[in-house]
Amino acid sequence: MKTTRRSLVLTGAALALAAGIGMTAQSAPAQAEYPEKPISYIIPFGPGGESDITARMQQPFFKDKFNQDLVISYKPGAGGAVGWSGLNSLKGDGYTMMGVNLPHIVLQPQQKDVGYKTDEITMLYWFHYTPDAIVVTDDSPFKTLQDLIKFAKENPGKLIFSGSGKGTAPHLAQVRFDKLAGVKTTYVPFKGTGASVAALMGKQVTAAMAFTTVAANYEKTRLLAVAMEKRHPRFPDVPTFKELGIDIVSGAYRGIAVPKSTPEPIRQKLTAMIKAVNEDPAFLKKMEEGGFAPVDYAYGKSADDFLAKFAKDVTAAAKEAGMLK
Amino acid sequence: MAGFEHLLTALTPLNLAFALFGVVAGTVIGAIPGLTATMSVAVLVPLTFAMPTSSALILMGAIYTGAIYGGAYSAILLNTPGTPSAIATTFDGYPLAKKGDGDYAITIACLASVIGGLIGAVALMTLAPPLSEVALAFGPVEYFWLAIFGLSLIAALSEGSLIKGVAGGALGLLLSCIGVAEVAGDVRLTFGSQTMLSGIQIVAALIGLFCIPVLIDLVAQPGHHLKVDSGSRGFRLGEAVRYLWGDKINAVRSAVIGTVVGILPGAGGSIASLVSYSEAQRTAKPGQQYGKGEPGGIIASESANNATVGGGFIPTLVLGIPGTPPDAVILGALLVQGVRTGPSLFANQGEIVYTFIWGLILATILMLPTGLFIGRYAYRTIITLPKALLVPAIAFMTIIGSYAIRNNISDVIIMIVLGGFGWVIGRFGFTASPIVLGLILGPIAESGFVQAWTIGRATDNQMGMFFGRPISIAIIVFTLFTLLSPFVLARLKKIKDQAHAD
Repeated sequence: MKTTRRSLVLTGAALALAAGIGMTAQSAPAQAEYPEKPISYIIPFGPGGESDITARMQQPFFKDKFNQDLVISYKPGAGGAVGWSGLNSLKGDGYTMMGVNLPHIVLQPQQKDVGYKTDEITMLYWFHYTPDAIVVTDDSPFKTLQDLIKFAKENPGKLIFSGSGKGTAPHLAQVRFDKLAGVKTTYVPFKGTGASVAALMGKQVTAAMAFTTVAANYEKTRLLAVAMEKRHPRFPDVPTFKELGIDIVSGAYRGIAVPKSTPEPIRQKLTAMIKAVNEDPAFLKKMEEGGFAPVDYAYGKSADDFLAKFAKDVTAAAKEAGMLK
Repeated sequence: MAGFEHLLTALTPLNLAFALFGVVAGTVIGAIPGLTATMSVAVLVPLTFAMPTSSALILMGAIYTGAIYGGAYSAILLNTPGTPSAIATTFDGYPLAKKGDGDYAITIACLASVIGGLIGAVALMTLAPPLSEVALAFGPVEYFWLAIFGLSLIAALSEGSLIKGVAGGALGLLLSCIGVAEVAGDVRLTFGSQTMLSGIQIVAALIGLFCIPVLIDLVAQPGHHLKVDSGSRGFRLGEAVRYLWGDKINAVRSAVIGTVVGILPGAGGSIASLVSYSEAQRTAKPGQQYGKGEPGGIIASESANNATVGGGFIPTLVLGIPGTPPDAVILGALLVQGVRTGPSLFANQGEIVYTFIWGLILATILMLPTGLFIGRYAYRTIITLPKALLVPAIAFMTIIGSYAIRNNISDVIIMIVLGGFGWVIGRFGFTASPIVLGLILGPIAESGFVQAWTIGRATDNQMGMFFGRPISIAIIVFTLFTLLSPFVLARLKKIKDQAHAD
């Protein structure tokens, strides 16, 4: 009998643990003192990805500023669609928010029925993007983008880019690059940026269509060009595509959304809080070192206008790439 | 040994406490199907922000290695791998437990895990930079052939019912196609259902196909779950050590296989333990009965899967490319701390790296006493708990476990449906392992094929891409050997017997 009781205790402990892992926001009315308890921050991807790492970087700053924890949990599946399609059925009390990615939420609903529409997502803030960039290994014969373009022109189809997935920011950038530079390259999709970089470092491909963050995280890599308006402060020697006459400014944007039922005052307040983290000088320095590029499109007209323009551009690019009808 | 001076840094009371806590927590979490090593490491990440980097690494490494070992408990006692890495542990672990030797099986698993874990960690300490090249030498086409090799092992392991094994593997491959395709992004086989859009999770299938049939049988059959022997027999440590000493080549070979497979990003513990299990079976001594409760099978699987921990850290720390999913989370935590991994990490921040590796070695050694005690407790719980409590408790765990994978109710539904299906086809002699392995290997084979084909076409060298690269050729030869050797041997034996008869 003793054993039985002890095992029940063990079972109980394990269940408590399981409940801890599947953490969701508890119900409580939003008070004047908002936030008065931890905020659940759902990442619609698995742990260890770039969206997770970003959230992890915000976590300590948020705690520091507002004395409440951000509790990160994951709801991955179907490239993020599982999380976003469930967003509006979550409790809108200001204690639940979710990471949102572009171009995902624009392209997914146009490609298939994923259970949500782009305009059903209540965006609070777009905080940064990882600019697209062409990456080669540090011993690559291609020293400049012109070298690469020259090779591609002489060898149609033989320049092989690795990239993360199809219909993603790198894929769209590759399509646009081909068109604007007047070349034909081959794009090989991999599962995520890490696998795409591994293929580059293993010399399975000529170059990677990836992000500025890659050069910040991997020592033996070099950037040829970045898809930004101005040069990235971390890489002052790397030209932008624009400087080289190729008009590409693009990347994977990240932001935060809340369930539709979240009341207006809470939306405003939470937006201001996320913005405050994003404008903290120490946080900005960390972002810059990591190769990210901060942006500031807040709830309301700013975020709406940004998304409208982005959606127009990316939809056109996706149609060109044959991903949308 | 390199970095020996950092042993003392690793030996602080705080680091030792982290190692001990990590191993204990990891073992318990790993024993519960659905609560994976990845999740347990992810839960710890916020705690590590305020810690010195090497202590944070020790804590996460300890919980990771503990979780991989803990997966053996449910594999042995419930025929349900606690983590996908423990699939091959069920082959001999559960039959052994059925015979009343569950305690012996758990002790064997503990010893093998410690040996595998130590060999993997020593490889990480001494050979990390050169071994990391292995990760880069494997291109898409090598992953494709590795997955095909894995499928050939399913066929070889399905003794007596080759066709059923292959059919199960093929079904697993089909199931892996459901949802959004991994690299190409197109939607397949969802029949318009959003539940199916995210595909079938390996862990949900694992819990459903392995655990539900056990539960149904528990209810359907009278008598105890496992054969109970009266009296306490201690840990049966002496017996286990003697067996292990007699099977030491198997233990070391499996650890080496586990280390190398662990280095390959995208392969993982399930493939490592499968490969070393089939090697152990192939080289079985006369009298060893693999698949019917041979302790050597547990040694092969458990030694290999714990060796993937050290192996997986090699590309993670040297290249910044995570070897396994938990490594990806650990890498993320390091980035938040401002530590950049890469070749210069070993040179410039050697203190962090070597302190961590010593911590991992200490944690692995601590796994011996803690593993034996927790294992004994788990064993006694399972055999003494009345069925009226055991069945609902396990049933509850299956639901919690499959929900916890992605906080998604779809996974629970899929788990239950597959469970019922698994029980029915089990009546006809189909087993769960080939289906789950097909599910694991399907995406690896598919993306490897698509990528290799695309690159081959771009370079006008498709034949050379698939059949001309040295590593690919080696894997193809292994595959053919695995597939054909049973037939050739049977044929030779027949000829020999005929010669005798004449």
